[in-house]
Order: sequence, then C-alpha cells, then structure tokens
Amino acid sequence: MATRTTESDELLGLARDQLVEMLRWMILGRRFEEKTAEMYQVGEIGGFCHLYIGQEAVAVGAITALRPDDYVITAYRDHVHALVRRMDPNAIMAELLGRVGGGSKGKGGSMHLFDRSNNFLGGHAIVGGHLPIAIGVGYAIRYRDSDAVCVCFLGDSVANIGAFNESLNMAALFRLPVVFVIENNQYGMGTAVHRAAAIRNLADRACAYDGMQGWTIDGMDVLEVRKAVEVAVERARTHKLPSLIEANCYRFVGHSMSDPNYGHYRTKEEVRRYKLEEDPIKRFIETLKKHSMIGEGDLTRIEHEVKAIVDGSVESAKQSPLPQPEDLYSDIYAGGYADVQRRDPWR
Amino acid sequence: MATRIVMSKLSPTMEEGRILQWLKKEGDPVESGEVVLEVETDKANMEVEAMGSGVLKRILVPEDATVPTGTLLGVVAAEDEDISAILAEAEAVATGISVGRADAKPGTVPPSGAIPGVAAAPHPATPLEPAAVPPPHDGGRIKASPLARRMAEERGIALRLVRGTGPAGRIIKRDIEAAATTGTPAFGEVGTELGPEPPYERVELSQLRKAIARNLVQSLGPVPHFFLTAEIDMGRVLELRAELNKSLQDTGLKIGVNEILLKTAAQALLEHPDMNVAFAGDHIRRFTRVDIGIAVAIDDGLITPVLRDVAAKGLRQISVESRELIARAREKKLAPEEYQGATFTISNLGMYDIDEFTAVINPPAATILAVGATQEKPVVVNGTIEIRSRMRVTLSCDHRAVDGAMGAEFLATLKRMLENPLRLVL
Amino acid sequence: MAVITYREALNQALREEMRRDPDVFLVGEEVGAYQGAYKISQGLLEEFGEWRVRDVPIAELGFTGLGVGAAMVGLRPVIEFMTWSFALLAVDGIVNAAAKLRYMSGGQFKIPITFRGPSGAANQLAATHSQALDAWYAHIPGLKVVAPATARDAKGLLKTAIRDDDPVVFLEGELLYATKDDVPEDESFLIPLGASDIKRSGNDVTIVAHSRPLHTALKAAEILQEQHGISAEVIDPRTLRPMDIDTILESVGKTNRCVIVEEGWPVCGIGAQIVDDIQREAFDELDAPILRVTGADTPQPYARNLEQIALPQADHIITAARRVCYQE
Repeated sequence: MATRTTESDELLGLARDQLVEMLRWMILGRRFEEKTAEMYQVGEIGGFCHLYIGQEAVAVGAITALRPDDYVITAYRDHVHALVRRMDPNAIMAELLGRVGGGSKGKGGSMHLFDRSNNFLGGHAIVGGHLPIAIGVGYAIRYRDSDAVCVCFLGDSVANIGAFNESLNMAALFRLPVVFVIENNQYGMGTAVHRAAAIRNLADRACAYDGMQGWTIDGMDVLEVRKAVEVAVERARTHKLPSLIEANCYRFVGHSMSDPNYGHYRTKEEVRRYKLEEDPIKRFIETLKKHSMIGEGDLTRIEHEVKAIVDGSVESAKQSPLPQPEDLYSDIYAGGYADVQRRDPWR
Repeated sequence: MATRIVMSKLSPTMEEGRILQWLKKEGDPVESGEVVLEVETDKANMEVEAMGSGVLKRILVPEDATVPTGTLLGVVAAEDEDISAILAEAEAVATGISVGRADAKPGTVPPSGAIPGVAAAPHPATPLEPAAVPPPHDGGRIKASPLARRMAEERGIALRLVRGTGPAGRIIKRDIEAAATTGTPAFGEVGTELGPEPPYERVELSQLRKAIARNLVQSLGPVPHFFLTAEIDMGRVLELRAELNKSLQDTGLKIGVNEILLKTAAQALLEHPDMNVAFAGDHIRRFTRVDIGIAVAIDDGLITPVLRDVAAKGLRQISVESRELIARAREKKLAPEEYQGATFTISNLGMYDIDEFTAVINPPAATILAVGATQEKPVVVNGTIEIRSRMRVTLSCDHRAVDGAMGAEFLATLKRMLENPLRLVL
Repeated sequence: MAVITYREALNQALREEMRRDPDVFLVGEEVGAYQGAYKISQGLLEEFGEWRVRDVPIAELGFTGLGVGAAMVGLRPVIEFMTWSFALLAVDGIVNAAAKLRYMSGGQFKIPITFRGPSGAANQLAATHSQALDAWYAHIPGLKVVAPATARDAKGLLKTAIRDDDPVVFLEGELLYATKDDVPEDESFLIPLGASDIKRSGNDVTIVAHSRPLHTALKAAEILQEQHGISAEVIDPRTLRPMDIDTILESVGKTNRCVIVEEGWPVCGIGAQIVDDIQREAFDELDAPILRVTGADTPQPYARNLEQIALPQADHIITAARRVCYQE
C-alpha cells in the first residue's frame, strides 16, 4: 500500500510569522472569492466563474511550501492559487472584469489566469488538459538540470481521464519532479467521486507507477497539506520522483456561479455540516489560538488588511480600461497577424 | 406558289448566320418584299424579305439558332398549299444546326473549313425543343464572367450585343476580344477571299491611328446606330454671316458657317436635353452642359477638340475659341482634356464637296452630326422652282440612349433655327 | 547542393537545428532506439542522447502536452507523430493549448513548438491511416501550418519552423519521403513561412497544389502543354497558414483561371479558402469559375483501384484545367 495518512497536531516547526502569513493567505482567498461572487452577481464578471471557498487549505498549504523558482499549474478553479502564488490581486480582479489591466489583458478571464513572473502557468479550462503540460514543465526542469519542482493541482474527476495515466506514467518513467495534488472536493461538478472512480482512495492510483508515492490527506487542514507537499517536494527536488497527493476537501459553494450552493447532488445538511465543523480557516485559527500564536487583534488586523486588498482590487480593476478593438488581434502570433485586414475587414 | 426563305450568303466572308428574330409567326400572312425575319451575320444584323406572298407556312429554324448559309429557314406559301416536297428536300440536305453555340468546341483555332459547333448536329433541322435554346440576350439576365464584364466596360462594349460562347451562353474573355474586332475583320481574313493580294506599301500605324482604330471599332459594332438625315435651307444663315462679317470688318474677326452651326446645335440641345447624353451601361448620363466636339482632319487622322459650354457663349467667343482650338489641333498641341468628353460632335466634310455622309459615333458619346456641303440647287418653294442654298446633315444616334423620334425632333429644331437664324443673335 | 531524399532533408534539418540550439529536442514514438518509424531521426539519439531524442510511450495527448509545457518554460520541442492520423488523440494539446496559450495569457507565454510527422494518403492504409487533415489545423488561429512538397522545401521550411516562436504544424508527405531533390547543404539555408513558390510558369491557367498533389499537378501541366496547348502555371503555397495569397492572386491576374488541387476532402478544404481569397480580391480577373480537384468525399478505401479513384489524379486536373479554359 503506497498511501499513508499523516496526523498534524503540531505546527511543523514553522515560525509564527509563517503561520500568520498562511492564515492571511487563506482569509485573503476567502474574501477575494466572496467579492468575486458579488461582482459576478452584479454583472461585472461574466462567463464561467468557479469559486474556491472552502478549499483554501489546499492551495495555501501547498503553494507556501514552494520556492519562487518552482512552478505552479492548475485547472479552472484558479483564483486563489494565483493569489497565493503572488499574482497581483488587482491583475486578477481586472482579468475577471475583462479589463486591459488583467493578467491576460482581459482575454483570458476567470479560467485562464497566468503570471509568468511568478512561474504561475495557469489557469487551464479543459479537464485533464494541463496534466501533460505539467510533465512538460517537469521535463524542462530535468532537461536543464535544475532542482525546481512543478506542483500540478487537479480536480478529483481528472483521475479518471486518459491524460492522467499518460502523464503520471511518463512522470514516473522519466523521473520528473512533479507533485500532483488532487483537490478531492468530493464532487466532479455534480458527480460524487465514488460514482466516477472505481477506487476508494484516488491517491492509491500512485501504486500503478514505479517510484511514485501517494498520500490521502485531510485537505481541510492547511498544516497537513503543507507537511505532505513538503515531503513530496523534497522527493521531487532531491530524488526526481513524482508524487500524488489526494487532499480531501469540500467546496462550500456551487460548482460554478451558475450552480446553487447545494443542488440535487448534495444535501443542505451536508454543506452546513462541512461549513460548521470543517471550515479550514476556522480550524486553522483554532489551532493557532490553541498554540497562542494569534489573538483577536491579529484577526481584526488581517481582516482589515485583506479588505483593503480586495476592495482595492475592485477599485483598481474598474479604473482599468476595456480592451481596445485592435487588441482582439494581438497576442496570436509572435510577428503579428497579417491576414486580418483582407479576411476579416469588418472589425 | 411556295417560296423558300433561306439563310443567304450576305457577305463574302459569311459562312453561317444566326436567327435574331422572326417578325412573323407561322400562319401570318406575308407580302412579297415584306421583312419576315432578322438574321445576324458576321458583319451586321440584316433583314430578310419574303420572295413571294401567302402565309408563313413553316418556321424551320428557331430564334437564336445558328445555321450555315443555304439552310432553309422557312416557307411562304398559299394557305392550303402542300409544301411537303420542299420540307423533304430540306431534310435530305440534313443541314446541322447549332443552337446558341452552347456546345461550341472552342480550342485555340478551329480546324480550317470546320465551323465551330455546326459539324456535330445532334438534332434534325426540325423540330427543336425550345428548352434547348438559351435565353436570348434581349430578355433575360446576361451571363458573363467577371473578367468579361470588366473588359466590356473598359472597351465600351455592350454585353447585350455580345454572343457568349461559354457554358450556357456565358460571355467570356474571348467573346469580348472577338467583339472588339468584328467591326473590322482582320485583313488577312479578307485577303484569303480575294485571292492574291495586290501590291501595296506598308504604312506603319501611328499611335493616333491605332487609337482611332481601337476606339471606333467599338462603335458601329457594339453601339446600335441609327441615322437621320435632313436638308436645311442655308440662305438666311449665309445672309446673316455676310452681315455679321461686314460689321466685324475692323476687328479682324470672322464668323463662319461652322461657328453658326456650333451655336445653333448648342441652342437646339438646350431645347432637347435628352439628346445631350451618353449611354453608361446601367444608366444614361444626361449632361447639364453642352460641350461640342469639332472633328478636325489632321495629317494622319482626325481629332475632335471640344469647345466647352457652347450654349453659354456668343458667336464671337465661339469663333475665337474654336479657331484657336482647331489651329492647335492641326499642330497636334492639344492636351487630352481638350479633345475628350464631348457631349455632342459635329463633323463637317462640306469643304470636300461631300453632299452628305454618315459619321461613326465616337464612344462614349451618343450622337454625332455629319454636315455636308452647302450647295445651290433647285427647290420647289410655294409651287415655283427656286435656286436655294441647301445643306444636308445626318445625325448618327446611339439607340441605347436616344430614340428615333427624339432625334427627329432635335433635327427639326436645328433646321428651324438655321432657317431662322436671327434668333441666334439674341 | 546535393541530391538527397525528402527523408534525408528532414534529418539534416533536425540535426542542424539541434546542433545549433541546445534548447531544441525531439520527442516521439520510436524516434530514438528504433531510429524513427520512417527513419527521419536516424542517428540523432547517438549524437544527442536520450534527453534530446526522447522515446515516449504511445500516449499522444501526453507527449504533446509534454512538448507544450516544455515550450511554455522556454524550450523548443519538436514533437513527432508517427502519423498525423495518431495526432487526432492529441488535438486538445495542439488546438486548445499550443495554439491559444499566447492569447489566453495576454502574450505572457510563447509556444515555440513544432509538431511534425507524415500526413496524407499512403499506399492502401485505408481510412484511419490515410487522410489529409491540413484544413483542420489551418483553421486554427494561433497555429502555423506548413506542408512541403519537395526535399528542398522540407529542409528549408523545417529549419524555419523550429526557429519560429509560434506553434507550427508541419505536415510531411508520407509518400514523399523517398523523393529526391537538390538540397542546399549550407546550414543557413532557410525558407520563410508564408511564401508561395511558382513551381512552373504558364499563362493560361493557374494550378495551386501543395504536398504530394503538387507533383500530380506538375505532371498534369506537362500533358496540358503537350496535348492541349494549355500553358499552366503551377503554384505551391507551401505554407497553408499563413498563406501567401498574393502570389496566387498575381498569377490569376495573368491567367484569369484557376484550379486548386488538394488531397483533403472537398468540404471546407484548403482550396475553399483559396477560392474565397480569389473571388474577394480578384473577382474581376476571373474568366471562369474556380474549380477544385480534391480527394473524394469518402473515407479512404483499402482496395487499390478504389484508392486511386479517391485521390486527385492528373486526369482530374487536366479535365478541370481544360474546363476553365473552355476546352471541355
């Protein structure tokens, strides 16, 4: 059996500053997404918009374990990964509002956030499509004899797609420094995991690949996520071995903004119970308080700081202009786009 | 007695002809000498007359069909006459018919002796399915390739008059090229008919001669001309001229008949604005100013300097300006804008003692007035013979823009004005 | 110059570019130890080692993405598909990732990747292995599509494709690998993308053809000249996206007639796009409708006789050319 469950009642030897910083990221992620929901409801944000509320421990626990020269790649529920990877919140909000100040100049939207300067490689909207890309990043790391690592987040449903096997197989075959983190929020859209995967623990799939290790962990415990990812990153960095972490978590909101918080596929009681008992932010605050790492004053200060960042991002985004019509044709080819005028003269 | 209507050889080079239109239908009474149909030859559209009287008993070749010369087209006979012998004879000849040349085999050059599209005769001479006949150009939409349309526009060729040899009668590039040269058959073509060529001296074409050739072949062929002739009494014009010149003696100015003609024509055009026009494909341009071209013979050709806004000018100004233009025309010192864009043209060959002639319209203009010599001749005036100075003029009109009555009314006005010229001085 | 095969020309191009730029590497099934399913990568593993000549499992979507990811972080991968028919399993990586990442990231990431492999009809391989999907890729903004017909073009264009900063779909003619041509040995020999090549001059009709049908078109042009007095100009666009339409327009301006040949299916094909360009920009130059000679609108059959009928033949081109010249 390649999986094990870790316990996390210690603070992993982290300094108080580091712990408060993690809490701060989680609260920023939560408030940012709440503001995003509001902006969506007032019509400032369009299209598909998938919120991360409830899953903050996974992105924060994993990404805070990384170095700046490591790489992060994820799927379409990507706002908080981008934030924690230090993408400018103003650029994220501007992108959501479709403004030129957005990370992709308003051409990517919610599902396609990118920040090259922070090695945040997106933001990929086709389920399973980014796993092969992640191993390519791992391949490039090895190609250049670097000791960087690529962390690839994926949803639970991706464990069933062909690209999952193709990618994990090659990651193990070529010994690529890639850490696959399954965010198992229990539902692939509305399909419960056990209705889609013929295996109890998705992490157990790691046993199909020599050299790969898998863990199923409590993804609502930020310190447990951090600890597991640290172990996996070390395996990758030092031994060029890939890992598969299954972080069990729960989203408190619908699959996307066009989906109710609970629907036919899960009960109101289930959602309420997770919120009451498993909220990763509440749990982390309790742990920190238990170890006297924070007081109410700290929380007030964090909330205050976070509110300023979130409100500021909206303000900044609204001031950013809409893209110009000519931006439609930029960023398609390196040398510009020659045939526009003759084949598409109407714009 | 039954008489045959046959595709006659109407020119030395004619080998086939196309039925443009039957003016009678089967059963219609026909008088001897009456026109019963129109055919298109390689040179022109001709009328075919009945050689006998009776009724048009049978039509054997439908409209738009092309047949070799000698083909029996129809039979005129008494209503109850038996014409089976004639029909049997025609069948025995078994002449091929090609319809609209839709099945023409183009190739680069047709094999000598063979007539494109005629050799293969899929149908007997009668009867022909009407469906097999492509719609004639005088009714339906004209099918032409985009290139052919452009070429036709550039060369001022009316597509309606061009026969398409492409699929379903589509007018294509080669048809426009052919149309551009049909006005003057290539010399070589004629030469073969004439046998050995007489001795000649080769005269190279000047650029001007080439331009004239190029432009005028686009006239008579594609432009449907008609001609109106009138004889005008010039007595009072000559008197007026004498009076005017006497009064101008000290100025050195002279007024000629030409200037009076220019002024009169301009006045007449003001009264008939529908004659001051050009045909422009999908519309007619009715000019709001009278600019008259004056045909001037020069060393190796002719040129038509244009006197602008003639109606607004007095005889004196017309005289000064036209003489100056003509002088420079003879010296070939005209700028293109000085010999282009006439709304009306006068060509006077009176100085050559020509009685009368017809002039070829210079596209895109719609009219040209050919002026003959003013001559003394006996004329019956109020029952007695008098010697009068008479001048014959012939107006050529583009029928696409101008109709016969319009031209006739214009010419009547011109005649009235010239015969009462004092008004011009007003 | 040396007379070499199309296969050798591609091998030279890869070798030269891999020597020139250490970021260039080759990935594909059987490219290494086997020396290439079609021997394009012969000898490369020995020279460059396994990290630069990477044999991968049969996992098209996986190794396509592997290339895209490596390109995102600055390498210049060359992805070999054993045939373009297998790339159907990797279309997400080519179309949704490679082609769009530059745009979706607002220009933050360039994707300098070359996807290459044999394409088009092959001898009796039947429906799944014998097809020309050129138009699929040419349809996609963000991709460049190249389809050389000669060894010379194959070398010059592959070298340019590898150096290009955008994803390039490089379609090699499966039945062209053994064809020979004079090919420059100079390592600086490059052919720019988006430049048509007039392979034969003529005055009466323009024939546009790329990849293997180019050779069919050239053969047809000979017969048209000798037997029908028609002088055909044969143009090879070489790059299908971006396509050098100007050269074709100029030719049609001269000949007033055009026949377009391709191996792919007729509906929404490459030729359909060329027809659109011509009718829009040279409408008044046309003396006849533009005709297309394409592969039959059927899956490719196995039986040799049916296969022949299904592919564009010189006879088809001759008939079409005579028809637009109003000889038929």
